[in-house]
Amino acid sequence: MFLNQFLLLAAILFCIGVYGVLARKNGVLVLMSIELILNAVNINLVAFGAYWNANDVANVSGQVFALFVIAVAAAEVGVGLALVLLIYRNRQSIDIDDVDMLKG
Amino acid sequence: MFNMIDKVWIIPALMAASFLVILFFGKRWGTRATAGIGIAAVSICLILSVVVAGNWISRVNHPPTGAALAADILQANGLTPQTGETIGEEVNAATKDSGETVSTDSHATATDGHSAEAGSEHGGEHESVPPVVRTVTWFQIGGLEFEFGTLVDGLAAMMLITVCIISLLVHIYSTEYLHGDVRFTHYYAFLSLFTASMLFYVLSSNTLQMLVGWELVGVCSFGLIGHWWEEKKNTDAALKAFLTNRVGDIGLILGVIITFFAAGGTSFNVLHINEYALSGNANTTLLLIGALCLFGGVTSKSGQFPLHTWLPDAMAGPTPVSALIHAATMVVAGVYLIARLYAVFFSGLAIGSSSFHYVAFIGGFTTIIGGLLAFVQHDLKKVLAYSTISQLGYMVMALGVGAWTAGVFHLFTHAFFKACLFLGAGSVSHACHHTFDMREMGGLRKKMPVTHATFLIATLALAGIFPLAGFWSKDEILAGAANGQENAYTIMLIFGLITAFLTAAYMGRAYWLTFWGKYRGHAHPHESPKVITVPLIILAGCAVVFGFTNFPGNFFGVKLPSGVTTRFEHFVEPTFAFPPLQHAEFTPWLAVVSTILAATGLFIAYQYFEKNRGPHGLTSRNKVAHAGYTFLENKYYLDDLYTGVIAGSTKGPIARAANWFNQNILDGIVNGIGLGARKIAGFVYVFADQIIIDGAVNGSGQGSEGAGQLLRKIQTGKVQQYASILFAGAVVLAGVLVFVV
Repeated sequence: MFLNQFLLLAAILFCIGVYGVLARKNGVLVLMSIELILNAVNINLVAFGAYWNANDVANVSGQVFALFVIAVAAAEVGVGLALVLLIYRNRQSIDIDDVDMLKG
Repeated sequence: MFNMIDKVWIIPALMAASFLVILFFGKRWGTRATAGIGIAAVSICLILSVVVAGNWISRVNHPPTGAALAADILQANGLTPQTGETIGEEVNAATKDSGETVSTDSHATATDGHSAEAGSEHGGEHESVPPVVRTVTWFQIGGLEFEFGTLVDGLAAMMLITVCIISLLVHIYSTEYLHGDVRFTHYYAFLSLFTASMLFYVLSSNTLQMLVGWELVGVCSFGLIGHWWEEKKNTDAALKAFLTNRVGDIGLILGVIITFFAAGGTSFNVLHINEYALSGNANTTLLLIGALCLFGGVTSKSGQFPLHTWLPDAMAGPTPVSALIHAATMVVAGVYLIARLYAVFFSGLAIGSSSFHYVAFIGGFTTIIGGLLAFVQHDLKKVLAYSTISQLGYMVMALGVGAWTAGVFHLFTHAFFKACLFLGAGSVSHACHHTFDMREMGGLRKKMPVTHATFLIATLALAGIFPLAGFWSKDEILAGAANGQENAYTIMLIFGLITAFLTAAYMGRAYWLTFWGKYRGHAHPHESPKVITVPLIILAGCAVVFGFTNFPGNFFGVKLPSGVTTRFEHFVEPTFAFPPLQHAEFTPWLAVVSTILAATGLFIAYQYFEKNRGPHGLTSRNKVAHAGYTFLENKYYLDDLYTGVIAGSTKGPIARAANWFNQNILDGIVNGIGLGARKIAGFVYVFADQIIIDGAVNGSGQGSEGAGQLLRKIQTGKVQQYASILFAGAVVLAGVLVFVV
């Protein structure tokens, strides 16, 4: 089994996610990009877990970590979508460039 | 009888406790309780004093011998006796010392620890009985230990009884005399404090302690003279008494210091000083100066010329106070001082062998001038005050001519009849609308029979009429002056005889003006209540009886057994550390002459003031007589000398100098300090406050504002920008992690 294929996939996903977070104006797309970053990490976790414990099938710690990350990401997205929803209600827009009230 | 002589400190302590209780609870518990506490305390003190006197009498009758005597001598010298085997040796050493030091004494002194045998060698004289001294350490300084304690001998015991009896009667008398007074509690508190101080004074075992007691009685005198301070006259009198006494107190303080050094500079112990003064080791010049300084204290406290002027003014106080303090007890503190430190005076002034009779002469002079002044007073109390001065002069004169026992005996008898006279005057005034002016009295003998009778007895006692107390003591003094040192004291004898005449005459004047003739006042006099008359009766009884305590051995051929005669001399005169004195025998011709003089005085007063015979109005017709009268009325111009000349001439320059000093030096210093402080403050304001501190504060504010202006540019509020920076930071960290670490 080759680890590098999984790592490459994860790196590509991560970079797409970072690009989405930094460049997109749509709040929902920013949240979706964060999901991409998290899933890139999940791939890494599962890949390393399978790689290091190839002889010990009962050890699933990498997979368990990934499950944790998925659960936390779900909660995070819940909060984030609620924020986006409230911003929309107040401004009729979800462009995050408009949300700059903390400007010094 | 239990032995009180060791625990005699209880007596003044009891009175001090009474003072504190009255002071703190008197107002709350009311006047009856206040008077009750005072009277109860003095009564107990009187009982204890009688016990002490009884102890002393039995001690003289059965003197201690051997180890007990030696222990007493050690203690008397301010040493602590030790128990056990060593006592024998120390004892012998100590007794030998005292034997050597007092060996010039005609009195017997313990020479080998068996005083009874030694004493029996001198027929007739009783053996040396050391006083009972009990001390505790007061303080230690410079390797010297100063003690604080009690000394009991016949003199102290006699004073204890005198003070307690008169204080008790005055306490009782005052319940009526000061009835309803605004400061009743205050008055009783002061009476208790005075009694405590006086008892403390007479029991002092060293001169330092005597000084404390001396000042304490002075303060009480000040407080009680000014009892009715609402009137300026009374506060002035109190101040005058206090300040005049200060003049003498300086002498006393110097005297205490000088006698301390004259006696080797190791102890203030009275007996030590006395013994040292007699031993011949002492510097006689130093002793003379010490004695003269001490006599300065005596001059003011005991009203000797020229510092007697405060005593008549002190009559501004309540009459019972005058009786207690200014007739019977406090004013004799000076006489007591001479009696107590007699060896210092004896050696210093070389009594009995020199031609320098300072003490005797001042005493004799005082007795005459006091007697003369008593004639021109209209105030009954002032007559008595000048009489007191005169009699104090008598006592001092007696001590000055070496008639110790006569002087102290006169102190004893005088206390009672003079207190009786004062309380009698108070009773009269109580009946006559509180006046003491004899011009507003007269004819009171019918209205106040008890007061009249007691006043008459006391007057006769003071005049020295047989067989009352004054007769015995006065004649002893005259005999002492006549028989002392080969006619050196003739002038004192003449002074004494003149005063005997004067005393009878002025007392006769006071008596006839007050009790005979027609009543000239506007009140309705009546006899005083029992609370006032009973003390008078008791004192009159004392005036009759106490003269017999020193009944002479040979009275016109009447020879009583020796166990009855001269008891006062036997028990009161010290036999330890005491100079050798000759005892004048009873002198019949002197007794006759002085009694005739006294009777003549009384008769002339009777003729002049009662029968209205003689040259009345002479003072307004004759120039010389008028001048004399004016001279007396102005009290020899002594007050004018003190306040006008001495105080007036000194206070001007002193005030001017003080003013100059104040204006130029003190104000200069103060202003200089102020100006300097202002200059420094200005510099500090400009430099430190404005530049450094304000600069730092403003600078930090400006700095933070500028930093804020710069940093606010970063804060765009754009989330993605923050995120970019975050990622950039993460990349840098990752780079560091990968490539550097």
